[in-house]
This record gives sequence, structure tokens and C-alpha cells, in this order.
Amino acid sequence: MSEATSELRATSPVGSVIQAANATRAGALIGYLPVGFPNLQQSIDAAVALVENGVDVLELGLPYSDPVMDGPVIQKATQSALESGFHLSDAFTAVEAIRARVDAPILLMTYYNPVLQYGIERFATDLVSAGGAGLITPDLTVDSGAEWISASERTGLDRVFLTAPTSTDERLKLAIENSRGFVYVVSTMGVTGARNDVDAAARTLVDRLRANGLETDGSSGACVGIGISTPDQVAEVLAYADGAIVGSALVRALSEDGVAGVARVARSLATGTTR
Amino acid sequence: MTTHLRDEQGPFFGEFGGRFMPESLIAALDEISAAYEEAKADPTFAAELAELHRTYTGRPSIITEAPRFGEHAGGARIILKREDLNHTGSHKINNVLGQALLARRIGKTRLIAETGAGQHGVATATAAALFGMKCVVYMGEVDTERQALNVARMRLLGAEVIPVTTGTRTLKDALNEAFRDWVANVEDTHYLLGTVAGPHPFPVMVRDFHKVIGEEAREQVLELTGALPDAVVACVGGGSNAIGIFHAFLDDPDVKLYGYEAAGDGIDTLRHAATITMGRPGVLHGSRSIMLQDSDGQTLDSHSISAGLDYPGVGPEHAWLSSIGRAEYLPITDAQAMSAFRLLCQTEGIIPAIESAHALAGAIDLGRELGPDATILVSLSGRGDKDVETAGRYFGVLDEQALVAGTREQNALDSNELIDGAVEVDELDRDLAQGMGTER
Ligand SMILES: Cc1ncc(COP(=O)(O)O)c(C=O)c1O
Repeated sequence: MSEATSELRATSPVGSVIQAANATRAGALIGYLPVGFPNLQQSIDAAVALVENGVDVLELGLPYSDPVMDGPVIQKATQSALESGFHLSDAFTAVEAIRARVDAPILLMTYYNPVLQYGIERFATDLVSAGGAGLITPDLTVDSGAEWISASERTGLDRVFLTAPTSTDERLKLAIENSRGFVYVVSTMGVTGARNDVDAAARTLVDRLRANGLETDGSSGACVGIGISTPDQVAEVLAYADGAIVGSALVRALSEDGVAGVARVARSLATGTTR
Repeated sequence: MTTHLRDEQGPFFGEFGGRFMPESLIAALDEISAAYEEAKADPTFAAELAELHRTYTGRPSIITEAPRFGEHAGGARIILKREDLNHTGSHKINNVLGQALLARRIGKTRLIAETGAGQHGVATATAAALFGMKCVVYMGEVDTERQALNVARMRLLGAEVIPVTTGTRTLKDALNEAFRDWVANVEDTHYLLGTVAGPHPFPVMVRDFHKVIGEEAREQVLELTGALPDAVVACVGGGSNAIGIFHAFLDDPDVKLYGYEAAGDGIDTLRHAATITMGRPGVLHGSRSIMLQDSDGQTLDSHSISAGLDYPGVGPEHAWLSSIGRAEYLPITDAQAMSAFRLLCQTEGIIPAIESAHALAGAIDLGRELGPDATILVSLSGRGDKDVETAGRYFGVLDEQALVAGTREQNALDSNELIDGAVEVDELDRDLAQGMGTER
């Protein structure tokens, strides 16, 4: 690895926030919301409310017509955002507006084709200008992601790759070596959505990641997502992982009770991060 | 000069193909790739599949000359490859039996599938029944209505049909839903993808299971005419019947290859499914190919009277064959397809699937262009039983009252005959009733 790369790694904004959260509390809380739901302004307000109520890192989902990793709650929200006219450029508007109001790093969670069509290099450049921290890529793995990896090397953007209970050790190593910010631990074999129990598979996977060299060193860490919806589950996950990612529960709160509702749920989830 | 276009094994065909999929599914894709490589090297696998095709599918499928139809195609010699005569009524069974055997080899006990026209779903339900496996078929709600008969067929075969109500409620959304099911159930489930799209190894594997179409037809045409055909034509949805019949001819440079895409109301409208004609490169359903999309990379709705061609993507090998100029892809409107549909019915006594009617319409244009000396091999990918209602309504020859009465009678019959079938029959009744109310 080159000098320049390791320097970039050391200064990952997402990684340092996660490291700090682990130093002072049980770990980091990462909150997901789609851009443009229920409309652009309220999605911005809701994201700001998340940070004001204890969320450490924002994960903003870009609505996409064919979201194969998403369950019914997020599908419904993103489909509604698309129907009310979401455009890719809204993502940069949202990042800029949120960054102007609160100081939390923002990752965009996006399927690959919109980025590809926008132009990978152009997307990276515009994301940097807007103040974004990087990308989470649910349908782009390291072995298919050479172009994105090189764009993020150029710009210093974080890149979060996913790992699953079915990933081989070899693939875990690939994800660890190439992720920056954190490694996404898919807790269960399934799509996004609240579940009563966070799968035991999540703990096993985090253990396997650590055995394969993952450290909480400010450049990466293990953050568990999919199925987490309560403060107890956040606490349970943070007992072994560096961060807990909550999506559907926040989206549901936003659609049912608006910005005030999502703020309330975030505040409650954040109680799970205390030690 | 001989080329070696037949040798392509993926994951990429030129710049097209690959694997753009959630990490959760990579292990399953690797497992299938490895199992498929192993099966390819194992003569007992090929023998088992060939025997099934001989005794169950009804292979080889025959070829039929269509001289009365040919009179309307510039007098060209039209030869039909009769995949419509296969068990279950289309080419889809070729791929299904291959993948079902493979699924059994790797110990999977549950098959899931997406389906548009319902032909792939019927074939998968059939294989599941044959092998004693569970079967769930995802089908866009719009398609369950316009292909209600195939929904009933799948249920009679013991499969569960799940209408997909997300997105555009057609084939592309059925694929999304099947992928979601697969992510959650990958341990015991094989996703039996029904066309040459999707992530590696599907485009290569599905092609290999269908290439028997062209291999048989090449021999059959040579024997009949003493020469190779001047052109081979097929309809293109995802592209499985087309690649199946094209593949044997890829390295015969004098044989022209034409794929006909569904142009719906016309490519100058927004209502079509002419992917290669009107689309541009992008990633959809796990591979880089050509697709219909807006400037943000959101997939566009496609439209076609034919559920099986109503898909905004296309297999990567076709995108590649188009990009290197080996095959040409042209649009055929609903109206052209339906007129060819009726022509084949009335000149040859063969009712084609509306999908296949797109290839027939292409053959009419091409025959007129090439003239009476030309021989054109047409992939008749399926039969039109499933389309009788759509076509009957299109041409105004459907006696609606008789049909409703007939359905009632049939359902009454079924409910007496089916063991604990009360619930299913209710659903069936409802779906049929919905289908009935659908306006063209
Ligand atoms: C009879 C028939 N032909 C063609 C198709 C289109 O699929 P493909 O392009 O994969 O052959 C279908 C799909 O349902 C079909 O049922």
C-alpha cells in the first residue's frame, strides 16, 4: 500500500467518528434514511434531527428503481421518493444542506447503476464538493468495483463494502483490505427490515472479521446492519461490534410520525450506545 | 474466415456481463459456477439431461416448412424450429431441466423463479413436480392478470405463485422479488433464472442449456435444404431462445442473425421494450448490458402486448453481439406481431405465442427484403395457448359470455376434483375473473 493511501486511510472521517464513539461510549450509532422521502426538505430535516438526537454517522439512501437488497418499508419510501420526482442531484443538495447544519459524516448508500450513469469520477468529485464522506455500495463488491476503488483513491472518499455470513475468509479479507470508514456486517441472510432478533450470525461474522485482521483503528471497524430496531438491540450489537446501523425503524417512524417522530426514535436508540 | 464467437464463456462478453450483486449472494453464485463446471465435465450429467429431453421434453424438436406463410414473406423459404411442441409449450423447459438437475446435484430442495408470460414459471413448476421439490414463482401482478391461464397451470402443478405488486408490477420486479427471496433462503433454495440475463454464471449457463435449439436446427436445415439458412431470426426478451438458436451459427459468417425486440406502441412512443434499439449500457439485475433507463440510471417501464418480452433489459451476450455487429436487433410493434400471429394461425394452422409472433413478423419483413431465394430459420419459441384470451380479445373473436360461463363450469368441476383445493380454486376463480375484466 502506498504512503498516500495509508494517509488517506488514517484520516477517514467516518472511521475517526466510529473510533471516538468506541472510546467514549459502547460504540457508534449509524442512521439510515432515504433522500427525498417524504420530500427533499423533510428528508434533510429528518437527517439533521437524527444527528441532533445521538446518531453519529448518517447513511443516506439514494432511491433506485430496482432495490434488490431492500425490504418492504424502505422500498415503499424510496418508490414514493421516485414518484415525487427524486433526482440524483438531490443527493448532493441534501448532503450540502445537512453538512451546513450538523457536523456528522455522511455516507451515501447507493446501488451501482445511478453512479455509473452519472459517471463514477464525476460522482466522486461532486460528492466531495458537497461535503460527503463516501459510499456504501450494496450491489458492488470489491471484485467488481475497480473503477469505484480508483475514484475513491483519487478523492479520499470512504468506501464501505458489505460482508455476509456466507462470505468466505478470502472474501472477508478482500472487504477488510478495500473498505475505508467501516466494513458493513450484514447481520442476517435477508433484505432490510426490522426483526425481533438480531441474528447470532452477526456476532460470528464480526469475530471472523477480527480473526481476519479487522481493527477499530480509525480507518475501519465492524458495523452491523439489517434487522436492528430497538435500543436493546443496539446495546447488544455494540457489545461486540463497533457500530450499529438502523434503517427501517427510522424510515417507519418518519413515515408515521414525521420529523418529530424520527427524532424521538433516534434519541431512544442512542440510549443503546451508553456504556 | 472462421471466427470463434462460440467460445465465449463469460463472465464478460466484451464490456458486457460480469457480476454486480449483493455480497450475500456471491457464495451461492460461486457454488453454482463450480457445480456447473463440474457437471459440464461429467458425462453422466449430459447423459441424464439428454435422456430427459428425449423422454420428457420431446427433443429433438422438429422443423416445419411454412410455405403458405412464406408467400406473405416475399416468397422466402420459411422454416420454423418448433420449440412450441416441447412439453410445457415453449423453449423454457430446456434451461429449466438443466438447472433443476444442477440444483439437485448441489442438494437444493426448493426452486424459485421469476416469470413474465408464465412459460418459465410453468416449466419450473413442472420440473419441481418431476423432481419432488418445492416451488415458488414470482410474477408481476400485471402479468398474472394477462396470463391468468398460466397462473392456474402453475398452481395445478403444485407451485405457489406470488403476484409482485412493487415497481412496475411486471417481469423486472418479479426478478427483484426472486433475488430478495434468494438472499433470505439461499441455503436450501436455487434461483432458477429464466433467461440469459442476471449475474455470472447465469448468462453462460442458460445459453448452454438452450444451444441445443440451434445445434439441432443447423443439422435439420442442412439435411432438408443442403445448405445453411441465409438468416436465423428469433424474438428477444431477455434473449434465451434467441441465443439458443443463434449460438450454433455464430461462427458461420454467411448466416445473418436477427433478434426482434418488442416495440409495443412504437419506438417513437414511451411504450415499448426495444432495449437494444433504444437503450444504453448500464447495470441491471447483476450484469452490465444494455437497458432502458432515464438519465439518472433509473430503469424505465417497458411495454409490450407480450408479457414475455416486456423487460427493459437484455442478456449481455446479445449486447455484445450487437456491439460487434454479428447480430442485428430490430423493433417489432404490437400491431405487426399480432398481424403475423394471425397470419401463421390461418396459413399454417399453428397458433404461436405472441412472443414468437415478433420473430414471425420480423421474418415477413426480412423475407420481403431478401426475396424468394432466401431461406429463413425462425425460432418458434412457444405456442399460443396461453395467449388465446389476449388474442381473442385483440381480434374481437372472443365470446365473453360463453367464456365466463365456461370458467364457472370448469371451476365447479375443479373444486370437486382437487383434494383440499377449495382455497386454491377460490384464488384461481378470482384471478381468472380479474383477467376477464382486463381491457386490452
Ligand atoms: C414463448 C416465449 N418466447 C420468448 C420468450 C422471451 O424470453 P427469451 O427472450 O429469454 O427467449 C418467452 C418468455 O416468457 C416466451 O414464453
